[in-house]
Amino acid sequence: MSSRTSPPKNGRGLRPLSIVTIVALPIALVLVFFYAPIEAEEGFLQKIFYLHVPLAIITLCGFVIGGLLAIVHLRTRDRSWDLRSYVAIHMSLIFGVGTLITGSIWARGSWGHWWVWSEPTLVSFLIIMLLYATYQPLRFAIEDPERQARYASVFAIVAGAFVPMNFLAVRLSSSYLHPRVLGSSSNLPPKMAFTFLISLVAMALLFATLCSYELTAKRTRMLLKARSRTLGFR
Amino acid sequence: MALATSIPGSSNNGYVAAAYIVFFAIVLIYVAVMALRLTRVERDLRELNERAERPRQEEIRREGAGQEGTPSQTMERETV
Repeated sequence: MSSRTSPPKNGRGLRPLSIVTIVALPIALVLVFFYAPIEAEEGFLQKIFYLHVPLAIITLCGFVIGGLLAIVHLRTRDRSWDLRSYVAIHMSLIFGVGTLITGSIWARGSWGHWWVWSEPTLVSFLIIMLLYATYQPLRFAIEDPERQARYASVFAIVAGAFVPMNFLAVRLSSSYLHPRVLGSSSNLPPKMAFTFLISLVAMALLFATLCSYELTAKRTRMLLKARSRTLGFR
Repeated sequence: MALATSIPGSSNNGYVAAAYIVFFAIVLIYVAVMALRLTRVERDLRELNERAERPRQEEIRREGAGQEGTPSQTMERETV
């Protein structure tokens, strides 16, 4: 069975998406600093919550989406789905680095330590990041494009399934030192919950926009290479 | 989550600023890398267009040399 690549729909919807993101991010920032009330225990430091938690949620969702797109690739053998899966994972890795750094800063301010090894949420997130850190070396170690796409898809599916399992395992663990946002223990006041929701939407829009930019750039480069080959230049 | 009745001390402001600066720095670096890549793609595209145009211009020049016309007319054909 040979793979195929569907015709690229380059940059479609990129401009409206970018505009919505550019509008949403400042709105989220204004809500965080001027609308959401100051939390009693952590004070102003709690403002990191509106950045760190959406980043973490979008990162984990991005990894799962990467796995789902990889399933579509294996089912259809359409290489454009592999490209989408790759971009989702690539962007999630960048967002994941942001999550780790902002989380460390928050931990330092709140607990007095940059990193706490006994905290399951932190360690499990690091394990996921380390797992996905092997995705790109694995992918680019394979030269044959068809095999590369197939192996990367299998990796994305297995690792993507590991993400919710890991999340559940941490939830079921006994230690609840890490602050909980979603679930039965959540007791966010309405103003904080609204601000959090807008921050989450803004972060999701940023993720979608950057993914869209990356996809457009990659497709354009592929198109350029194909044209060069057709014209016999390279 | 309890709310503060007054604004607590600003000893942690630096951490909040650092977290947001790091986030926007990551986004900015990423956008800058994308812009660099885009510049490279544009340059490649320009080169490709120039190389694709060259044989056509030579063809026009050859055709022009075979036809009768003033030098200014030939120039016109080359530059258009």
